Amino acid sequence: MTMRVYVSRDAGAVAVGADKVALVLGLAASKHGLDIEIVRTGSRGLYWLEPMVEVATPQGRIAFGPVTEFNANSVLDAMISGSPHPLRLGVADEIPWLKRQTRLTFARCGVIDPRALADYRAHGGYKGLERALTLGSDDILADVTASGLRGRGGAGFPTGIKWKTVAQASADRKFIVCNADEGDSGTFADRMIIEGDPFVVIEGMTIASIAVGASKGYIYIRSEYPHAVGAMNAAITAAKRGGTLGARIGGSNHSFDLEVRVGAGAYVCGEETSLLESLEGRRGIVRAKPPLPAHKGLFGKPTVINNVLSFAAIPFILAGGAKAYADYGMGRSRGTMPIQLAGNIRHGGLFETAFGITLGELVDDVGGGTFTGRPVRAVQVGGPLGAYFPRELFDTPFDYEAFAARDGLIGHGGIVVFDDSVDMAKQARFAMEFCAVESCGKCTPCRIGSTRGVETIDKIRRSERVAENLAVVEDLCNTMKFGSLCALGGFTPYPVMSALKHFREDFGPAPTRLEAAE
Amino acid sequence: MTSVYEPWDTARGAEIIAEHAQLEGATIVILHALQEAFGYVPEAAIPMVASALNLSRAEVHGVFTFYHDFRKKPAGRHVLKLCCAEACQAAGGDRLAARAEAKLGIALGDTTADERVTLEPIYCLGLCATAPSAMLDGRLVGRLDEKRIDALLAEAQR
Repeated sequence: MTMRVYVSRDAGAVAVGADKVALVLGLAASKHGLDIEIVRTGSRGLYWLEPMVEVATPQGRIAFGPVTEFNANSVLDAMISGSPHPLRLGVADEIPWLKRQTRLTFARCGVIDPRALADYRAHGGYKGLERALTLGSDDILADVTASGLRGRGGAGFPTGIKWKTVAQASADRKFIVCNADEGDSGTFADRMIIEGDPFVVIEGMTIASIAVGASKGYIYIRSEYPHAVGAMNAAITAAKRGGTLGARIGGSNHSFDLEVRVGAGAYVCGEETSLLESLEGRRGIVRAKPPLPAHKGLFGKPTVINNVLSFAAIPFILAGGAKAYADYGMGRSRGTMPIQLAGNIRHGGLFETAFGITLGELVDDVGGGTFTGRPVRAVQVGGPLGAYFPRELFDTPFDYEAFAARDGLIGHGGIVVFDDSVDMAKQARFAMEFCAVESCGKCTPCRIGSTRGVETIDKIRRSERVAENLAVVEDLCNTMKFGSLCALGGFTPYPVMSALKHFREDFGPAPTRLEAAE
Repeated sequence: MTSVYEPWDTARGAEIIAEHAQLEGATIVILHALQEAFGYVPEAAIPMVASALNLSRAEVHGVFTFYHDFRKKPAGRHVLKLCCAEACQAAGGDRLAARAEAKLGIALGDTTADERVTLEPIYCLGLCATAPSAMLDGRLVGRLDEKRIDALLAEAQR
């Protein structure tokens, strides 16, 4: 009988040696004359255990990790004999870190072969599309609205309303655009799902095309993700060959074509209007809204533009799961969120769970604290434009409104952990510097404000007229927040102001403190 | 593995441009294709792209200069990109970047005098749970420490 072994091909696993492990396993197996099939999957998202290797057994898939090229041979021996091994993690689905998650969007990621359409179908794929093809536009929109899904890119706009606006617009052409320009540091969920389960994104986009009457879609993937580009192109080819993409999908009258476009290293292109400009072949300069992309989007036509994770949530919802999806979560944040734990963290990875879990649970309990073993001092939630939270705010539940109430944002769901060696004035400076480098230059608060911000924070760090310069920074932040056209200039104040507010001691001696010391 | 690029050739450039010119919004696709073939976007190609797409030279130049990816001259034989974003900073990436700068004797963004190594910052490879990370000529490396960065530098300098 063929022994089936699974090794991740996810970029995060490959970066820590998964390709070498697969190679060593293959060579060792052929030396033993063993009939082995090595399936390259996506990642389960337990990155501290990557490269994680699994073997199919009657009890389920048994996982081992982290496997290296040096111990792969002994792992293979343990797989064959079933004997104990120090890296043996037991049945993969039973690993507590995985078991306590609610994987709706990432159900197949790390399980299936991302290049095999048949594997996707065998694990429940395309059930949503099959049902969508039997429904009219109104019924699809009703399902998406009922699920309570909000845009997973960060803005949290209700997906059902966005789609309905495009469905109601009349035009000779409409477009579906997938925003895979995942530039936020600390986020990698888009990359993971595209590399591990690209068909779910394609299926979600195809369903959107039926709902709004679009015939062409684009996936804009950043150039920093070459593995994701390769995986998506392979999946599109397979879907076309399988009849689930292209002309007359599944024998219906609906046709939908999909094309990958690769970004060119501009962070601002993650902003939807800038992305549309870039897709049209221009500088990624932000557009003023209105008109909304839903009315005048790509090439001036009505366009649905959503994040990868929004599209990836759709197949579950359309496969009869709208109510089940909405039953998860809290307040106006319904469903699950793929949360990404990153930076200086012991158990970093992808943790999909219902909204409502607290920041403290995520960092201390799920994440296991810092990798360095030092105390957690700050966490940045939501990428370079997200606020820094101190330990005192760890009771904040993961929810759009709860984070907003504490001057933060959940953004794309990335959490970057810092230990007590972090210099928060340096982090505040970095936020301003990043904005200055990446600003598209269209609006003054963002373009000039960020540069003045860097200069002023530099003065503060040199202890020059600290109180006056802190007032200048605060003033700049207010101008940027309320005067910028898009989230780049508008949200850069979040990391800066939160660092100032919660970690004031890092910005030079405070006057009040000096008095107290005298 | 060193990437091998073709020397600039007008006919070859025109061929690459023609291959993609019919796409909607083709400018960036073409610039990527030119850089993939030649290792940079030669200045002579800009007016060719403009005329193929019925754009002004200024428009194409504007697009070319907006995006960080496009080079106006060839990079070193090896390109080492170090992730410098927050997740890698939190995991000690700044210290490793400083070490790379010191060992190569150049700053981030520069190429060594012998044109062997180009050292560049990159803002997020999406390997934030195995930080700090880097990419050497397209090969990803995570969980960097001093030993690993030294090995990467030695490999790049060969």
